[in-house]
Amino acid sequence: MPKVTINGQQLDAPQGINLIQAAEMLGIEIPHYCYHPGLSIAGNCRMCLVELQGVPKLQIACNTRVAEGMVVHTESPRVKKAQAAVLEFLLLNHPIDCPVCDQAGECKLQDYYMDYDRQPSRFPLGKKNKKGKALDIGSGLMLDQERCILCARCTRFFDEVTRTSELAIFERGDHCVVDTYPGRKVNNPYALNVVDICPVGALTEKEFRFKMRVWYLHRTPSVCGACARGCSIDIDHHRGRIYRYKPRYNPNVNQWWMCDEGRHSFKLLQGENRLLKPRYQADGRLATEGWDTAIARAAERIRGCASQYGPNAIGALVSAQATNEEIFALKRFMARAVGSTVVGGVSWTPVGASPDDNFLIRGDKNPNTAGLKAMGLLENGLGWVAGLVRRGQIKVLILLRCDPVRILGESEFMAWFGALDHLIVLDCIATQTMAFANQVMPIAAYPELDGSFTNFEGWVQRLRPAFDPPGEARPALEVIGALERELLKVEWNYSAASVFAELAQAEPAFEGLTLEGLGAHGARIAMSRNGSGP
Amino acid sequence: MERILSRWVDIPNLRDIEVYEAHGGYRALRKALFEMTPEEIIEEIKASNLRGRGGAAFPTGVKWSFIPRNSEKPVYVVCNADESEPGTFANRYQLENDPHGVIEGVLICCRAVNAHTAYIYLRGEFALQKRRLDEALAQARARGYIGRNIMGSNFDVEVYTHRGAGAYICGEETALLESLEGKRGYPRNRPPFPATYGAFGCPTVVNNVETLSNVPHIIARGAQWYRSIGPEKSPGPKLFCLSGHVNRPGLYELPMGFPLKDMIYREDLGGGILGGKKLKAVIPGGSSFPVFTAEEALKVNMDFESVRAAGSLMGTGGVIVMHEDTCMVDALRTIARFYHHESCGQCTPCREGCSWIEKLMIDLEEGRGTMEDLDRLIDIASNMEGNTICVLADSLAMPVKSFVPKFRDEFEEHVRLKRCPFKFSAKFVSFTSSERPSSHAVDGLSSS
Ligand SMILES: Cc1cc2nc3c(=O)[nH]c(=O)nc-3n(C[C@H](O)[C@H](O)[C@H](O)COP(=O)(O)O)c2cc1C
Ligand code: SF4
Ligand code: SF4
Ligand code: SF4
Ligand code: FES
Repeated sequence: MPKVTINGQQLDAPQGINLIQAAEMLGIEIPHYCYHPGLSIAGNCRMCLVELQGVPKLQIACNTRVAEGMVVHTESPRVKKAQAAVLEFLLLNHPIDCPVCDQAGECKLQDYYMDYDRQPSRFPLGKKNKKGKALDIGSGLMLDQERCILCARCTRFFDEVTRTSELAIFERGDHCVVDTYPGRKVNNPYALNVVDICPVGALTEKEFRFKMRVWYLHRTPSVCGACARGCSIDIDHHRGRIYRYKPRYNPNVNQWWMCDEGRHSFKLLQGENRLLKPRYQADGRLATEGWDTAIARAAERIRGCASQYGPNAIGALVSAQATNEEIFALKRFMARAVGSTVVGGVSWTPVGASPDDNFLIRGDKNPNTAGLKAMGLLENGLGWVAGLVRRGQIKVLILLRCDPVRILGESEFMAWFGALDHLIVLDCIATQTMAFANQVMPIAAYPELDGSFTNFEGWVQRLRPAFDPPGEARPALEVIGALERELLKVEWNYSAASVFAELAQAEPAFEGLTLEGLGAHGARIAMSRNGSGP
Repeated sequence: MERILSRWVDIPNLRDIEVYEAHGGYRALRKALFEMTPEEIIEEIKASNLRGRGGAAFPTGVKWSFIPRNSEKPVYVVCNADESEPGTFANRYQLENDPHGVIEGVLICCRAVNAHTAYIYLRGEFALQKRRLDEALAQARARGYIGRNIMGSNFDVEVYTHRGAGAYICGEETALLESLEGKRGYPRNRPPFPATYGAFGCPTVVNNVETLSNVPHIIARGAQWYRSIGPEKSPGPKLFCLSGHVNRPGLYELPMGFPLKDMIYREDLGGGILGGKKLKAVIPGGSSFPVFTAEEALKVNMDFESVRAAGSLMGTGGVIVMHEDTCMVDALRTIARFYHHESCGQCTPCREGCSWIEKLMIDLEEGRGTMEDLDRLIDIASNMEGNTICVLADSLAMPVKSFVPKFRDEFEEHVRLKRCPFKFSAKFVSFTSSERPSSHAVDGLSSS
């Protein structure tokens, strides 16, 4: 561990880190544009110049590794002059169209100008170079070449991360522009990551821009639920509406990145098809009712069925869309409150979904298949439970985030499940199975939940609720809790943390974990059985 | 003085391998292969004090010694024939007229650093030079100097020529390596240096054509002989490219340390200033370096040490002479236009600074400049200098920081008069003008 001194503060720095990282460990900011920890060193913006004792020229911090005895100054007059100079150079040909730029508020040019320059312009507006603006370059990317500071983050992303090289820098000197190759457009399932890493408003997302000023957004850390990778994300939201997902750094799962499909997946979780009220089947239509009557109705049917046919006449199916806590809570509810052992798991992906690639995207479009399996549930419990129903052994069925009509088609579903007495659907969005349900209970979608998912490699990651579920929807844990209370007349703690604590005791794979202990980067459970599941 | 590097002036058809061999050609290579160890070759080059002719004057032997011995990766030798510095035209004549001299230098270097592959990177415009080189390489290959087991020494070596696509920046050694690898010619951040991470990520020596042309002579005649030419710290023969307002512009081989005054005025050299005018200024080393006033120029001797001591750098030895009718504002504008055009655009201070300086220079020359602009020029140059990936930014900063203070009166006159005082005088000779006497070609050489 080399000892370095930065602005008089000492640090035992881990071998191999650069001065930007070392300074950060001491809480010192070295401003930088081109440096990104997930990309190679470009060293082109020159914003990170620092003074090294004994070295005549200023050095770029991003390309300087810590070395024993290094003495660094990041705030000396020479450094400050260089920083102000770089900003002046960067702004020279900048169009200064901040008022109409969607990056405003999260633009490093604005931020650093305020922190490190604050000089009036010495360059007349009329002399600025003209370049392309609002260019639609494909994959939902909008490019403004005048705002571009040529840091080459975007080109390095496509060169080094996806290795597809859709963007390049053309021309020389101050004529340089980022662009696609002639006649080509960007067409890349990870393209929108360049919007995240572009430090200025040169690359913006077509869908997001002009929808919401970023300073109104609140940020909640969570996990993408659109595939088995479970990329760590931040949910940016305002008044109960999600405006965007942003990848959140997680060295164990997704580093700095996420796919575009996942990025847009929240759209399915808001809007018209959200379930807002408990409903029950009355005269061939789904009528609304209050939660109390809904819970009482379900409990009564369960109780009645159990006394008539025995507890195993009540079954449940839970999909790998459910959180670890939901799966465990349902399983335990079935055992403890109902006395049934019929709980099947369903991990299903529609035909034609994007397949596994060699980067992040997983063909399994469920965020929690591994969690389901780790708790001993089948991945394909649908067939088993369907058989039981068809043989008349199951009369009441509870579906948690599960849509068998979508999987089987209507006629097939009727052939297998037609004989049910009572079908209870718990879901956050309208499903095809709903039309056949006797009761529909609206539950929270995962962005509204505390809890966890287990990704395909066994990383258990924490979800945090961004806002309350819409309408009367409630977290599934609360609904299950209410049912249990109704059946057993006892009060259980149905917070995610306490369910997780019980899960960790009951399920060997999760032994020793706590929800709080998952931290920002998750914790890993052992994955056994020929690598395909626990 | 005996012509060493430019002996092709005296020996017709030296580019023919038979003529080259008849004049001792490839004997230095034989010596390097059979009578010397690689270490001894490097020691000899170190002892000669040969310093790089590509601009940075780095000691060549020291550079070679940085190449790791017993490298696990292949080692490459790259000959820099990109010659694009304004005012510089020595390499092209060397390649046209003595390609074997360059090749022999390359081969000896390969032997010294244990490289089995060498590249000669030529500027895009060097079509003739490439043809001459390729012919010479074919001859050398036929004679067993190139290929497997050269001269029966068990040493294999291949030499390839490669033409760039026309960018000044590709002469900068790391941009050259990128270009050689098929990428855009962007200079690299250092560290790592080419000696450990050069072409294709392998240890690489990059040397200028003229530098390598010196090598066979040093090996053949010894370091002691070499050091006897010119001053101790920067010895050897030097090809000076004399251009601008002299009566006899051209390429002159002179010993290092030669007085600049004699170079300009001696009858058999520059022959004095065009039209008998007064000398105003001289850039001693190609356009990238600080300008000398006439007074400074007439005192300086042309070797790396002396020019540095006088406040400039000898760079490539491209001596640009300007007489009294030259507008220094116009001259600096021309230089700024070049660096603006050639900046690769990677680093912020160079990309923006070069363009800004050119815009200010255009304003000044066209009478729209202000007094503040003069200080601003210095300030911009200071903000560029030393803060970039390669020294192209410095290559404009240095002229700016010398032209403006040294010829401040002239700059201020432009501001005061709101026009160029030279433009409307009949005497005006533009720095960029082609109205020069028809070229005197090269010292003693009638055609190339
Ligand atoms: C902008 C720029 C352009 C250069 N152009 C050339 C060139 O055309 N030829 C050359 O030999 N060196 C050129 N150099 C210097 C090379 O980077 C390098 O120092 C040289 O090739 C090393 O060879 P030497 O040690 O034999 O001089 C240039 C440097 C810079 C910064
Ligand atoms: S578009 Fe953005 S990321 Fe790409 S080079 Fe320009 S500023 Fe950098
Ligand atoms: S790879 Fe999967 S988890 Fe990651 S963003 Fe895409 S869909 Fe979401
Ligand atoms: S100094 Fe200029 S030429 Fe050199 S790397 Fe930077 S931008 Fe390119
Ligand atoms: S962050 Fe170091 S040069 Fe850009």
